[in-house]
Amino acid sequence: MEVSRHWRLQEQRYKLVGETCDSCGVKLFPPRDVCLECEAPAKELFTFTGLGEIFSYTTIYDAPAGFEHHAPYTIALVKLDEGPLVTAQLTDVEKEDVAIGMPVEMVTRKLRTDGEEGMIVYGYKFRPLSLAQTVN
Amino acid sequence: MNEYTPQQGLMKPNLDVGIVGYGAYVPRYRIPAKEISKMWTGGVGGVPIQEKAVNGLDEDVVTMSIEAARNALDRGQINPRDIRAVWVGSESHPYAVKPSSTTVAEAIGAVPNTQAADWEFACKAGTEAMQAAIAFVGSGMARYALSIGMDTAQGRPGDALEYTAAAGGAAILIGLAEEAVAVINGSYSFVTDTPDFWRRAHANYPSHGDRFTGEPAYFKHVMGAAEALMEALERMAADYDWAVFHQPNAKFPQRVAKMLGFTPEQIAPGLLSPRIGNTYSGSTMIGLTAVLDVAEPGDRILMVSYGSGAGSDAFDIRVTDRIEAARDRAMKTETYISRRTEINYATYSRFRDKLKMS
Repeated sequence: MEVSRHWRLQEQRYKLVGETCDSCGVKLFPPRDVCLECEAPAKELFTFTGLGEIFSYTTIYDAPAGFEHHAPYTIALVKLDEGPLVTAQLTDVEKEDVAIGMPVEMVTRKLRTDGEEGMIVYGYKFRPLSLAQTVN
Repeated sequence: MNEYTPQQGLMKPNLDVGIVGYGAYVPRYRIPAKEISKMWTGGVGGVPIQEKAVNGLDEDVVTMSIEAARNALDRGQINPRDIRAVWVGSESHPYAVKPSSTTVAEAIGAVPNTQAADWEFACKAGTEAMQAAIAFVGSGMARYALSIGMDTAQGRPGDALEYTAAAGGAAILIGLAEEAVAVINGSYSFVTDTPDFWRRAHANYPSHGDRFTGEPAYFKHVMGAAEALMEALERMAADYDWAVFHQPNAKFPQRVAKMLGFTPEQIAPGLLSPRIGNTYSGSTMIGLTAVLDVAEPGDRILMVSYGSGAGSDAFDIRVTDRIEAARDRAMKTETYISRRTEINYATYSRFRDKLKMS
């Protein structure tokens, strides 16, 4: 595992930091430095709220290397409130309870570990919003 | 030799400080104590609590601390760049070497102009960090300091601790008194070298002194800190609206409360161990968050932690009228506790990495 690669992605993985386009206002995640809509430079950082809804999802039984320990798990395309689609694991939810359109929120969780002695990689996952909504 | 008075041991900073924000975290999984006794004793005999909270496969002290810290920041509504210390107290840091606190500080946006460190003192690592945060702010060195007590505690399969060693904790954001939801009037620490519980380097599970963990350990230190603090501040049990004691099980905090003259009603809202277990470094602090969730402006709270090895930190806290606006800005402790998915011993074994694949 490349330590430097994970370190470079920390901002976006821990906090959903993407970019915003100065010329048309589109929000980008992950950061690409060039607007996907108008092709203008888009380098201003933008922190997403972490709120969104499930656009589509599937359950993984045959997990890729590094994720075997977590299988089976559900991953989703999450449509963020600010626009972009993000692929992420869902957590704190049974796969039977997942539905398209379900409101979700970002949490920071353990994504994988590099064996017994390697580094622990943390990043975003999404969980159902219903509990947080009871706050207000 | 001069006679020593409790007033000399009272710890109070130059500036008045308090709790500006607070946040709890409890993972959603619960294993009933009866499920554990079914495995090891055929279900015969009493159990020390109803059930304990268990972290999921993707949770550890870092992820749990991040969520509690975000809740504390939501309640405090401060700029994380104004935080000068992020301190995580735990006995289950994911790395042996590499701070949990730097990941937490990065995730909440407090880096890079901040202190970060991990604290360790069995179950009172979190309240130690709280006292240091009080000093950091109270001396004028920092505007805000964040102290966290969080654990995913270990219990050897079949051991008495397996029934109670749980996952959860709280984050307490310390700042100046005028911004606080609760003012901290002073604290008192009571420490001796008492080997009631320990875990050696590279050992997966802790060892303990069985009944030795009671009188010479928990009760002596909790009583020592609580009595000295109350004497130094000239208070009695009846002067407090609420009290929170470290909760290694359901019985000890209830007994020590009675010994100190507190009623069952005074400790009721903060007594969480029957439903979530002993969250170690998180135990006393998450009890405090549950009290703050229900306390009224003007209420007085006594909080006393206990850490094996051994020592107690006692705090005298008074709630301000800022509490009412702040508490609804994040998920309440009771809401976390009510978020409950029961698991059996097999799932628990997998979640807690007790199955060896090679």
